[in-house]
Amino acid sequence: MDLRSSVEIITEWDIVAARQLGRNEAKKAGFGTVDQARITTAISELARNIYLYAGKGKIEIERVTDNGKFGIKIIASDEGPGIPDLRKVMEDGFSTSGGLGAGMPGVKRLMDEFKVVSETGAGTTITTTKWLH
Amino acid sequence: MNKIMVEGINKNMDEIIERWIRRMKEEKGERFFHFMPDHLVEKTSREFAELMTSNITDSSAANTERINDFTEKVVRFGWAIKFVNKAIDNFSDVVFEFLEEQEIINEGNLRSFNTIFRNWINPLRESIIDAYSTEWERTVSLQKIALQELSASLIPVFDKISVMPLVGTIDTERAKLIMENLLEGVVSQRAEVVLLDITGVPVVDTMVAHHIIQAAEAVRLVGAKCMLVGIRPEIAQTIVALGINLHEFTTKSTLQRGMQAALGMTNRAIVEVEAN
Repeated sequence: MDLRSSVEIITEWDIVAARQLGRNEAKKAGFGTVDQARITTAISELARNIYLYAGKGKIEIERVTDNGKFGIKIIASDEGPGIPDLRKVMEDGFSTSGGLGAGMPGVKRLMDEFKVVSETGAGTTITTTKWLH
Repeated sequence: MNKIMVEGINKNMDEIIERWIRRMKEEKGERFFHFMPDHLVEKTSREFAELMTSNITDSSAANTERINDFTEKVVRFGWAIKFVNKAIDNFSDVVFEFLEEQEIINEGNLRSFNTIFRNWINPLRESIIDAYSTEWERTVSLQKIALQELSASLIPVFDKISVMPLVGTIDTERAKLIMENLLEGVVSQRAEVVLLDITGVPVVDTMVAHHIIQAAEAVRLVGAKCMLVGIRPEIAQTIVALGINLHEFTTKSTLQRGMQAALGMTNRAIVEVEAN
């Protein structure tokens, strides 16, 4: 698929590269500044989670269509330790790294669709979509 | 044997260069030569070829001086490293094929010519890679220094009021620097109110918010108040969506409003005076 672009997340600066890509894609897709900020922030959270918890992984950004709707899909995947308790991670204020614990639930609120597939010891894939309204 | 090889090359330099240029132009995805006027291609190619042949030596030990000279000049051509690599590859291929055609290289001496080629090409390639990567490292470290110079200084604006404008991406390293400068500045400037201006911060995610909250808390501990200003509407919305709690300190949309509030907090105001 040629509408898909991706960034490998290995260093902290790759987070910046990923969200820059996201912002450009969002702009090209026609999202307004508020949604651009939402998408960029969501990518920033997802990429930082990869960097902090899995060490490395990648962020893919894809333009999607569904029944005449247009949107942007972000796929964050890693082969890290996985998330042992998904329900806990989606709770506000839960953090294992001393952070704010707002990342995962925050991403869910920033975007329209949100799905986590995680297997302990095998990795995590988070797929999230924002539709152009 | 090297002498025969050099002679063979020099006598047929034109033919070799021509073949080499043709091959470089055929190179897939490589359009470098197409942007250059023909006479320049011709001139640079000849220079490159001469530099290449000048490095064929009799001894197996490479002549460092000549290699450095080669590298320095090739780097000055301004070619991409991939292109230089291909250029070296193609040149040695062309020469090899040519010498084979001339029957200077034959079944019997193939092995020793292989060694000559290896001693000829490898040091050049290594030197080139070394030069390019040194150059990149230098650029990166210079930019890092430049970035650090941009980082976070606390500016005293009025008595008891200081401002720290934050510009650009905040990573862990910068966050640390911000905290240090902030606390040091608050103490040395005897500030009572500090305004953190995030107008220039492109993305406020939970990590950035976390650092800001920590900085504000630390400022409170040294006896001053922290105010967050320059919150753009879209940033306000993402902060709300992320569920970040900023109730602990005052926030204002612009630096101007923040300054008014800060003056109020220190029991002062800016008033207009009547002109005489």
